[in-house]
Amino acid sequence: MIAVLALLVGVVLGVYLDPTVPAALQPYLPIAVVAALDAVFGGFRAKMDKIFDDKQFVVSFISNVLVAALIVYLGDQLGAGGQLSTAVVVVLGVRIFGNVAAIRRHLFRA
Amino acid sequence: MSEEHRETGTGWPEPVEPARPSGPAGEPDPRPDAPDPDELSPLTPAEREADAPPAEESAGEEPSGSAAPVSRRLTSAGAMIAVLLALLGFTLVVQLKTTSTDSSLAATREEDLVRISSDLDSRERRLRQDIAALEDSQRQLRSGEQGRQAALDEATRRADELGILAGTLPAVGPGLSVRFVGGGKAIAATRILDAVQELRGAGAEAMQIAGSDGAAVRVIASTYFVDAQGGGLMVDGRRLTGPYTILVIGDSATMRTALNIPGGVVASVADDGGNVIVEDREAVEVSQLHAPIKLEHARPVS
Repeated sequence: MIAVLALLVGVVLGVYLDPTVPAALQPYLPIAVVAALDAVFGGFRAKMDKIFDDKQFVVSFISNVLVAALIVYLGDQLGAGGQLSTAVVVVLGVRIFGNVAAIRRHLFRA
Repeated sequence: MSEEHRETGTGWPEPVEPARPSGPAGEPDPRPDAPDPDELSPLTPAEREADAPPAEESAGEEPSGSAAPVSRRLTSAGAMIAVLLALLGFTLVVQLKTTSTDSSLAATREEDLVRISSDLDSRERRLRQDIAALEDSQRQLRSGEQGRQAALDEATRRADELGILAGTLPAVGPGLSVRFVGGGKAIAATRILDAVQELRGAGAEAMQIAGSDGAAVRVIASTYFVDAQGGGLMVDGRRLTGPYTILVIGDSATMRTALNIPGGVVASVADDGGNVIVEDREAVEVSQLHAPIKLEHARPVS
């Protein structure tokens, strides 16, 4: 419940403050958001499985975001930024799909 | 299977039966420790679903035990989660806004920009080639049109010339009016023919001969002159009566000289007692037409 409220607060803040993304962060922000989404879905699924752990969630969230951004940064330095960010998005997308499928089975038993 | 075991086996079946249900039920125990929640592979849920009832059983215990800890943890890890999720919502919205408001180029990365630029360059090159080819064909078409126009003009000019020579077109220009007035004897056809030949030789371009009643005949290459019975002159089948007037277009000085040479037309007519009156005219109108000649046998070569 608190998590949902926090998410809503963040959305509202983003809408009202309307900040501009610094140019240096622009390539990493989308990937970081996708990684965070992956962590959130994983945490939700863990909640469904009754194996949710606060600390684990926090650590996985942060590390997911950092690793995703790091991979993209490394890719940019190596000159393969576009391909690596595609790879990261694909991997995270697959994981999100898996997690959502698990959540769905829990919710609808199908 | 189990029945057989009970019947045949002596002491085994009894312990085995209880052990079995405990197997699946026992699985959830290791699981809570094992997983990073994220690292569950997408394939595992199938197994997990089968195990769902046991998991619920074990979960049934948890709420009663963990209800108090949840409220306690809100201070530390719960707050962290809230902050992280708020951050996620924030960045999500910001990113969405950025991608929706940014024009496509400002948000693209450098290599993409380079690619777009080179794409545009090659496209420009192709378009330039297209322009060059089109201009080339335009030039060709224009010159072709000019050539066609020139050929048309030339053909028209030739048609006019030939029409004047063949007597199918009226003509106007500087020239002479030659009037033959008979004296004691009528003007003979040979005199007129001589005069016509002389004028042709002097460069006459168009001629017509008129009788006293104003009837006129265009003189062309095939025109003949015969003395008519009972006086007068047959020209191309028409009967003319004297005095005759020849209107001729050409260089008047040359033609006048040709008519006046000693022993020429003027002298011969004077010998017969007649008179030839030659007048210069600024504009002689040769308006009489000759019907076009239909060629039956001759065909142009080529």
